[in-house]
Amino acid sequence: MTDAGPGFGVYVHWPFCRSRCPYCDFNSHVREAVDEAAWRGALVRETAHMAAVAPGRPVASVYFGGGTPSLMAPATVAAVLDAVARGWTVADDAEVTLEANPSSAEAGRFAGYRAAGVNRLSLGVQALDDGALRALGRRHDAAGARAALGLARRAFPRVSFDLIYARMGQTPAAWERELSEALDFGTGHLSLYQLAIEPGTRFHVLARRGALDLPAEDGQAAMYELTQALTEAAGLPAYEVSSHARPGFESRHNLTYWRSGEWVGVGPGAHGRLNRAGGVSVQRRQERAPETWLAAVSRRGHGGAAAETVAGGDRIAEVLMMGLRLKDGLGGADLARACGPGWEARIDAAGLDVLAAEGFLERLGDGGLRATARGWPVLNAVLARLLA
Amino acid sequence: MTALDRIRNVAIVAHIDHGKSTLADRLIELCGGLDRREMRGQVLDAMDIERERGITIKAQTARLDYVAEDGRTYLVNVIDTPGHVDFTYEVSRSLRACEGALLIVDATQGVEAQTVANAWLAVEADLEILPVINKIDLAAADAGKTRADIEEAVGIAASDAIGVSAKTGENMPAVLRAIVAGLPPPRSAGGDAPLKALLVDSRYDPYLGVVILARVIDGRLRKGQRVRMMGTGAAREIDRVGVMTPKPAPVDALGPGEIGFFTAAIKDIAECRVGDTITDDRAPAAEALPGFEPSVPVVFCGLYPADAADYNDLRDSLGKLRLNDASFHFEPETSAALGLGFRCGFLGLLHLEIVQERLEREFGLDLIATAPGVVYRVTRGDGETFELHNPADLPDPVLIGQVEEPWIRATIVAPDGRLGAVLRLCTDKRGEQVQLTYVGGRAMAVYRLPLAEVVFDFHDRLKSATRGYASFDYRLDGYRAGDLVRMDILVNGEAVDGLSAIVERSLAEGRGRAVCEKLKDAIPRQLFKVPIQAAIGGRIVARETIPALRKDVLAKCYGGDVSRKRKLLDRQKRGKKRMRRFGNVEIPQDAFLAALKLGD
Repeated sequence: MTDAGPGFGVYVHWPFCRSRCPYCDFNSHVREAVDEAAWRGALVRETAHMAAVAPGRPVASVYFGGGTPSLMAPATVAAVLDAVARGWTVADDAEVTLEANPSSAEAGRFAGYRAAGVNRLSLGVQALDDGALRALGRRHDAAGARAALGLARRAFPRVSFDLIYARMGQTPAAWERELSEALDFGTGHLSLYQLAIEPGTRFHVLARRGALDLPAEDGQAAMYELTQALTEAAGLPAYEVSSHARPGFESRHNLTYWRSGEWVGVGPGAHGRLNRAGGVSVQRRQERAPETWLAAVSRRGHGGAAAETVAGGDRIAEVLMMGLRLKDGLGGADLARACGPGWEARIDAAGLDVLAAEGFLERLGDGGLRATARGWPVLNAVLARLLA
Repeated sequence: MTALDRIRNVAIVAHIDHGKSTLADRLIELCGGLDRREMRGQVLDAMDIERERGITIKAQTARLDYVAEDGRTYLVNVIDTPGHVDFTYEVSRSLRACEGALLIVDATQGVEAQTVANAWLAVEADLEILPVINKIDLAAADAGKTRADIEEAVGIAASDAIGVSAKTGENMPAVLRAIVAGLPPPRSAGGDAPLKALLVDSRYDPYLGVVILARVIDGRLRKGQRVRMMGTGAAREIDRVGVMTPKPAPVDALGPGEIGFFTAAIKDIAECRVGDTITDDRAPAAEALPGFEPSVPVVFCGLYPADAADYNDLRDSLGKLRLNDASFHFEPETSAALGLGFRCGFLGLLHLEIVQERLEREFGLDLIATAPGVVYRVTRGDGETFELHNPADLPDPVLIGQVEEPWIRATIVAPDGRLGAVLRLCTDKRGEQVQLTYVGGRAMAVYRLPLAEVVFDFHDRLKSATRGYASFDYRLDGYRAGDLVRMDILVNGEAVDGLSAIVERSLAEGRGRAVCEKLKDAIPRQLFKVPIQAAIGGRIVARETIPALRKDVLAKCYGGDVSRKRKLLDRQKRGKKRMRRFGNVEIPQDAFLAALKLGD
């Protein structure tokens, strides 16, 4: 007996980029040439395999991530969406998102993506300042980003874009100007990320050498607080730590992650999650290296590298780590379903009391839990305290 | 038995690195005690640490047969004395086993603080002193200036001090000639008098038990004899007598004036305290040799295993060290911040360092050492007196009559130009000047100082005040009452054990501020702001606040990240085991180490 809970989604990973950005630690690769027909065939085959692994679930969302999925031909996107439709029942109002770079070449394909069935575009704008875009290793400029946003808004019913703040040398005043301009575009969704220095990136090396002039913690906090205030005033409050939406424009696909729902992952390095009753979840991971994955799919129909069962305290940690990122937190029934019965006994009860008494967490009337405005910006420390 | 007039017992004393052990090696080689093949650098320093650090921890001896130019054979016993302040008592006992001393001075360095301190000990022990100027082969050697230095600073005639190079062997036979011609033979009431021997040193051997190094004053010491330590009262039958050539060689007996070793199946080194008098249990001497006082620890610190799982290993290792070191003490101690460990007592800072180093090196332990403190003598209002090893045990002030602390008499030799800084440092440290003299281009200051101030950060500050060009030596100079208070460090309103310290009232505020500042830097921001305070009784003398954490959340966490990010959380959770809770905050143990090490 499976329990889909908060929905089921399909994630598709396109691993290629024109160049690597110095802050990005996603599974991305730069290749001279890609045999797109072969890749199209492999993605379709693996999608069919996943439909056999996780049958019978109504698909609420499909998400093309990367890498740079806007390097895919619209026909490839269409072929994968066809495969999804063959494998499962797709809800009428299913959300189909594609991540895109705001370059003119990619903007030229927007209409094709829309025709293939994409109804939500997520643009990797990152900054509205040419100097900052160069520092972030982006290939587009601010004017190109503005133009792409305009095209996207005409082509798709729903558009989101990403910005990175607390960048090198950035002041709260400069961020306030940039974010105000971003809000003026009037999209229904914005992802506003504080620059994170991830291991394995060029920025990590530079930061360790002291060569990145990053704002100190107080500056980061000031920009975070500014972000909350400006987006709320503009009617796009945060519904997740870094995600802001006009009500109704939240990313349904991402909500499935944060609510510990189910999804399958197709493509190199993609992860999937299928849940069982009693607080048990099985994680599937596909081969990371593009060529390894492609060879595996052509040999045996899928690029699966590992499956791992997550249960007990690990599962509870994951569910809380994801769920407390949501403004609404998780309801009591959601927690019980995702974590299994008796989960309360496996967290640090004294820690919870302190966190609740001090206003970092709030116990919901139905036995659920949510992080408060005070708890959110320090969620890592809150979780460390909460988890026994 | 060797006739007294053919015996010379000579101690070698010097400042560290002035070539004492190399010179001893050369004497052994000249007398054929070891052949070239058997010689390795510094034969008499047996422990690795001794050889590496160039210091002698246990007294070592060599009995040499020297054929003099008159054709007669002399028995020359050479004692390489422990060469550091912490072992002053051991040095003084070694000296009492001899009639003369070689005072070795490096011709390139001149007289240093230890040269003076050890020379004075030799003078106090009534020894004839032969100054020897070493390293004359080096280009920077200045034998003339060194002679003048010795006369001025030590106050002994040095115009005919022998110049040698122990390294090349140059002029070394002159040293042996001078020992025979210039040093007196031992005096004795004779071999038939009741046995009276000085316990010079003892070490533990896993096969033989305690091996005792002794100098016979009167009577004879022989195999099968039942002997008694007059100080500790222990009585044992001797099963082995021998001399060090410097290889151990059995002999039937040791007569008056001779130095050698014996074993008596003794398991506990505490029975065999340096300086005790050994006598015949059945025909004891009427009175013991004067001046016996078992050396007691004056510096204490907590030693904790860095990994709590190593606690039993640490206990076993401390036990093994103690087998060979009666002056080292340890007792179990519990710290809320550091877990289970031991409060350990040492003769001084070097002794502490050596024990710590041996534990880490020989026993493979990773240790956390708390800041060293001294032993206070506390008299309660009701007149009862006890020794305080841990500041946390100081009773409520209203119950205290007085608190006394150990003082030292320190000798500091520094370049003239740095004298001002040295004097300021000594004044800061509550020092009282005893003497100030000039030796060549350098100044020698003698100060009385509280030992607690010296173990705190004196060495570091002296080094920086003189750019490393100062030498320093001290000896204990009794206890004195002081205006001493206990200062507690409060984190989030709770006192942190291990950070409490006894301080002089006038210095408490500055000390408290330093600890608070250090802790503020060391403790990571928490969910709540954390006050850090230094308090004397109920009065806060210093305060810092760690602001609350403001930003610590993953910017992104999506479907592909769940397990990876959870594993990051796991690491934080594991760290929780090494957290100490103060009210509603949890602080990693490591944060306290920086503060505990304050003063290193």
